[in-house]
Amino acid sequence: MKSVRIVTPTGHLGTTPLEKASFERGCGMSPDVIVADSGSADIGPYPLGADKAASDEVWQRHDIEAMVLAARRLGIPLILGSASDTGTDRGVDQYVRLIREITVQYRLEPFRLAAIYAETPVDEIRRRLKDGASIRGLNGRPDCDAATLDRTDRIVAVMGAEPIRDALDAGAEVVIAGRSSDCAIFAAPLLNAGHSWADAFFCGKAMECASFCGEPFMGKETILGRVDGTGVYLTAMHPDQACTPASVASHAMYERLNPFREYVPGGYLDMTNCRYEQVDGKTTRVTGQTFVPSPTTWIKLEGSGKVAERALFIVGIRDPYTIANLDRVIGWAKGKLTERCGPLGGTYNVYYHVYGRNAVMEAMEPTPARAPLEVGIVVEVTCDDAARAETIAHIAGKNLFYARLPDVKGTAGTAAIMSDEVLHARPAYEWTLNHVVEVMNPRELFRTRFETVRA
Amino acid sequence: MKLVELASTIRSKNAGVDHITFDIICRERRNFERVRDSGALDRGAVARLFGIDESRVTDFVVFEPANAIKFTIRRLRPSGGMGESDLFGSQQYAPLFDVEIP
Repeated sequence: MKSVRIVTPTGHLGTTPLEKASFERGCGMSPDVIVADSGSADIGPYPLGADKAASDEVWQRHDIEAMVLAARRLGIPLILGSASDTGTDRGVDQYVRLIREITVQYRLEPFRLAAIYAETPVDEIRRRLKDGASIRGLNGRPDCDAATLDRTDRIVAVMGAEPIRDALDAGAEVVIAGRSSDCAIFAAPLLNAGHSWADAFFCGKAMECASFCGEPFMGKETILGRVDGTGVYLTAMHPDQACTPASVASHAMYERLNPFREYVPGGYLDMTNCRYEQVDGKTTRVTGQTFVPSPTTWIKLEGSGKVAERALFIVGIRDPYTIANLDRVIGWAKGKLTERCGPLGGTYNVYYHVYGRNAVMEAMEPTPARAPLEVGIVVEVTCDDAARAETIAHIAGKNLFYARLPDVKGTAGTAAIMSDEVLHARPAYEWTLNHVVEVMNPRELFRTRFETVRA
Repeated sequence: MKLVELASTIRSKNAGVDHITFDIICRERRNFERVRDSGALDRGAVARLFGIDESRVTDFVVFEPANAIKFTIRRLRPSGGMGESDLFGSQQYAPLFDVEIP
């Protein structure tokens, strides 16, 4: 069976720039394909719902330029998944534009590009629901109903390997994929070379975050993966990093509910019986993974919808008496808000994030509060109307100055501000869909467009 | 001994948009076995530590190949919504440091 070598220089293209030295070292190892994932749900529901990139285009361009120049120089395919953080149509079109600009700038020879779109209109999912399609909630979420879709502004379907395999088969030298399963973008060229689903998806699972599968901890360094029929080999390209059984195994459980299963369209990767062996100073071999096919094909849907406008106000407190009575102070401020603006949770909401006490862990904080020297409070107000959110945020913050405590000494104000201004914040969105929809064919929610890119 | 003295990695992170997952990894095999066999960490213990209902601890597994214990907690609200306090779920692990391992 043909041995296939994959290099990946970044676990999230565009967040912070890839490191060129280890990438060039990886490119010197005769790779057959360069692959990088650009997506994340970590960034929250705003970028998908509002259709905005979370990454800065300067850094996206930096990484794409390094990869497209290397791929064209070596004459090997380049696969980029989940374009521009969210994998919406905007993200795919943005990456295609960057590729065209780079091609012109460096006067590259013409090449075939495939753009694979994954955005799915809300009405299309509404129609499927009406036609009786099953749209199941993942991990304890309720199933999707019409009300769920009413709250949703934008949906991406998460592609498996199939649309990418088709694009490569059709001769694409650069594939820009919309939202895609992280491991499927690595699996596609391996499956096309005839490797097992188990090895193909395990290789993708291990490589999706690049140097996170090595030790010591480093981001944005290149990893070389090799699949040859005798296992999956992972090699760190940075001189001071190694892929070890411990580092690869601990990455297998990163950001996942459990370390044993990875679901993709068509089944799941079972890592229960994986064996990890050190084969040289920088390389670990993994064997024993299996793939369990599913009789039904499920495609994951991610959806986001706008909930409200937001405004913020920042307040600091140093007075120990006020800090000791902070709950009463916030309670007083909320009472005044209710008097002026109506009940909390009605047409508006307010959240007092008390940094220095429990802003980070809130109700899950088990440690009894110690008296901090200072606290910083970020007052967050949400409301349908942006102007009203700012009006409410102003008094929700300012009321902390005027709380009526019986023994207060600081009668000129019990709080401090760095600046007397309400901060306009981007709207609040929520993840409305984290579901799977049953499909007949794993390709049916995706559309591929080919073009020849010329200088 | 406290868990922070036995484990080389104690971390938390989003696992999808509805969960936060916790990884406790030991570099030394004997440290891992001591933590694993201590009985100090199980579903009930972590639920009590974080003051949550045990039903919110959706997964609790011992992952031998990585010398690791891993558990996952369901969020009350999906990540990044109104009032969010930890978008990445990356700062929820600190209370594990002081868990006493006999």
